[in-house]
Amino acid sequence: MEKEPYLKELYARNPPGSLDKLQDKVVGIAGAGGLGSNIAVSLLRAGVQRFVIADDDRVEISNLNRQYYFLDQVGMEKTAALQQNLLRINPHVQATLHCTRVTADNLTELFSEADLLIEAFDAPEMKALAAHCWTRDFPDRFLIMGSGISGYGMNNSLSTTVRGRMVICGDQQTPYSTENGLTAPRLGIVAQMQANAALEILLDGKISY
Amino acid sequence: MQIHLNGSPKTITDSTTVAMLLHELGVPSTSVVVELNKTIIQPDCYATTSFQDNDQMELIRFVGGG
Repeated sequence: MEKEPYLKELYARNPPGSLDKLQDKVVGIAGAGGLGSNIAVSLLRAGVQRFVIADDDRVEISNLNRQYYFLDQVGMEKTAALQQNLLRINPHVQATLHCTRVTADNLTELFSEADLLIEAFDAPEMKALAAHCWTRDFPDRFLIMGSGISGYGMNNSLSTTVRGRMVICGDQQTPYSTENGLTAPRLGIVAQMQANAALEILLDGKISY
Repeated sequence: MQIHLNGSPKTITDSTTVAMLLHELGVPSTSVVVELNKTIIQPDCYATTSFQDNDQMELIRFVGGG
């Protein structure tokens, strides 16, 4: 099917006018694990069609309990596997992939074209690093973070905190541990909270909370 | 002097720096963001940033999992 009619039909149920507003927006996603992979797919379905995605991992079987990958993608670079999955929904998506480790030295350069950055790292030190680099180098652009996603249940402990242009989703308390585990439902809620916050910012330029 | 840490009053000595306070609180400085009067302090300034009376400090701690 040709591009324009396909996009019109694909996005027919999205809010009126949203596709136009999202047309040129670029979303950066730092980390393509449980948070990042689910966020990318969700935002694509919401109408975002330009992404910059960075991750240096490959898909493992143990990822499939929560990450947006499939058995036949085990062993692939996560960035390439995620692009493949995005293309299966919208073959016109533009994803710039960086299969590289994000550091304090390259974060700004990797995501410089992004209108907002979604922090989807695993390690708390990387989350802090993203917050410091992004708010220093792009103080006018939003950063949407996930913190406190482990375990299961406790729906109402998950919330969104807005501090200037830094938005934090999660319970901000429960660290990952072998005992807590990581489950698709609870992690998925936080991923969708981040995606939902990003969508509101992209469409309205602000976030309500 | 007194500052406000995450909304609660906290008494500190005059020469206390952000680095010293994080150490006192037992907080791993690599996984937090420190906001002082709504400005984020970069980690390389923790050791040289001290406080004024009534400063508002917010300590945002990140936890792992992603």
